[in-house]
Amino acid sequence: MTDKQAMTNKTVTNEGKSVWVKVLDDTVNWVDERFPLTSNIKAHLTEYYAPKNFNFWYFFGSLSLLVLVLQIVTGIFLTMHYKPDAELAFASVEYIMRDVPWGWLIRYMHSTGASMFFLVIYMHMFRGIIYGSYRNPRELIWLFGVGIFLCLMGEAFFGYLLPWGQMSYWGAQVIVNLFSAIPFIGPDVSEWLRGDYLVSDATLNRFFAFHVIALPFVLVGLVAAHLIALHEVGSNNPDGVEIKKLKDKKTGIPLDGIPFHPYYTVKDIVAVVVFLMVFSAIIFFAPEMGGYFLEANNFVPANPLVTPVHIAPVWYFTPYYSILRAVPPFPGIGLLGIPPSLFPGVAAMGLSVMMFALLPWLDKSPVKSIRYRGTLYKKWLAAFVVSFVVLGYLGTEPSNVWGQFGAWLGNAERATVVARIFTIIYFAFFILMPWYTKKDKTSAVPERVTG
Amino acid sequence: MSDNHDGKHQASSQLNVVDLEKRNFLIATSAVGAVGCAAAAVPFVLSMTPSERAKAAGAPVEVDVSKIAPGTMVTVEWRGKPVWIINRTDEMTAELHKSNDQLTDPESDVVSQQPSYCKNADRSLKPNLAVIVGICTHLGCSPTAKLQAKGDMGENWSGGFFCPCHGSKFDLAGRVFKGSPAPINLVVPPYQYLTENTLLIGVDTKEKV
Repeated sequence: MTDKQAMTNKTVTNEGKSVWVKVLDDTVNWVDERFPLTSNIKAHLTEYYAPKNFNFWYFFGSLSLLVLVLQIVTGIFLTMHYKPDAELAFASVEYIMRDVPWGWLIRYMHSTGASMFFLVIYMHMFRGIIYGSYRNPRELIWLFGVGIFLCLMGEAFFGYLLPWGQMSYWGAQVIVNLFSAIPFIGPDVSEWLRGDYLVSDATLNRFFAFHVIALPFVLVGLVAAHLIALHEVGSNNPDGVEIKKLKDKKTGIPLDGIPFHPYYTVKDIVAVVVFLMVFSAIIFFAPEMGGYFLEANNFVPANPLVTPVHIAPVWYFTPYYSILRAVPPFPGIGLLGIPPSLFPGVAAMGLSVMMFALLPWLDKSPVKSIRYRGTLYKKWLAAFVVSFVVLGYLGTEPSNVWGQFGAWLGNAERATVVARIFTIIYFAFFILMPWYTKKDKTSAVPERVTG
Repeated sequence: MSDNHDGKHQASSQLNVVDLEKRNFLIATSAVGAVGCAAAAVPFVLSMTPSERAKAAGAPVEVDVSKIAPGTMVTVEWRGKPVWIINRTDEMTAELHKSNDQLTDPESDVVSQQPSYCKNADRSLKPNLAVIVGICTHLGCSPTAKLQAKGDMGENWSGGFFCPCHGSKFDLAGRVFKGSPAPINLVVPPYQYLTENTLLIGVDTKEKV
């Protein structure tokens, strides 16, 4: 296109504006004088410059936003039929599944959405770890993210009680009792959380309040903070180089940056389509996912007098649950009158989640991205991923799943011993990070992104 | 503004002077406000503690124990919790006195786990009849009864309870075996015999609940 043609085109668009476009322009102007609409669209979409070398791993941020919206929308429709009452809750979920038109679909979207939420969040967190997205200047983005993760765990836990099945009941019983292991104040804290001496109607009612109103508010607020912080400092990328260092002298736009809209919105739509295919396949063909997404025992109404033979949390909690089981209780010191306590296991479980928050300060490597790190770091990361997966698997099984060792090891359960070893590796990944990231032989980081 | 230069200068120098009296007043009112906020939070926090209805639901339970055959047990509900009443045979009680070195707390020294009148070898008023709250002291699951020796619990099993959640093992007096995740023995509730065969669980005349 020659300059002359371009000029003509411009004139045509200016002069040939239809009435509707003029009305639209006027409306937008009217709004802009009263609310920063156009400037916000620019700041967060059309003039938010993201590195041009995003890859597969960068889908999961926008996918988690999609799942958040799905959970909120399906959740609103479920509350129209669900009854948070110990007498009615189980039956109301069955009513949604059987009698409410399309209720089964909305309920399965919500229950599958919970598992998919954790799946995309775990992928998103892994991306942050391998490309060093938590490093300076993105520590706060990471901390808001850890807050979102904790909030999600709360949502999943509170939500799982609502169907009032056997697993709901006993899962809540176990988790609330974890708090009673806290020295001194523990028993009062867990009684306060339950609002009764055991998990009961009072507990169900308040968990409903936490699940549908309290935590969603916090969650949405944290997501907003996460995105505002991200758009302030700019996105990291697979090379871990700062694109803001090299800008076009005239426009001030990073040389390696492209506008988020339309480039990444279009790219993300492809991810959304693939994601929805997987999501639908699960909803329609395997909503229970062989007991990993919805457990068989939860189709039995809650019975406070009988614990199911095998109770296990849903898959996304199992690594931490394994750590809880693996850490032996404190035997107590009779002479000092200190009673035995299971606090060490509870503390280890809590720490295993909170360790993620320390990553920005544990990583002492001169480079951010795994692309320029040495083999030492890669070995530690691999060990961490293996321990996360093995602990996750063991958490779904009873602790005697692999039988026992012989008398030479005191008849210890094989799975418990394995879980202990991997618990140590899990924590070593974090605790030894300052040492091995410093010692690691890194390679030179390029000036600009490598595509 | 420019023709009022002196006035402006005066005003800005006045702005730079810290009015300590006003500052102290603001600090004091903020502190009072914070105390007020904390006080306002109290009703909300306390609204989550057990309600009067929940407290009232803990009425004692009467049980006729004459129908429990030796070597079997019944489960009754007290305060929403399962309470086991186990009629132990003579062999079972004899076994309780044997396996002491494998137990975490064989003498039931943790005082909160039973009323003082049950701090004995059988952890019960009558040697054969055990009354135990069937809630694991680990994380609150209800253990499964494995009353008979051996069986699917292995050759060394002498009868007791097995918690399906995390594998805690207890003997027939509810005492926890070493190596279990449960830190302390199962709880013995306060109870008394109204007649020879009528048990009242939840209150006793000797100790207040």
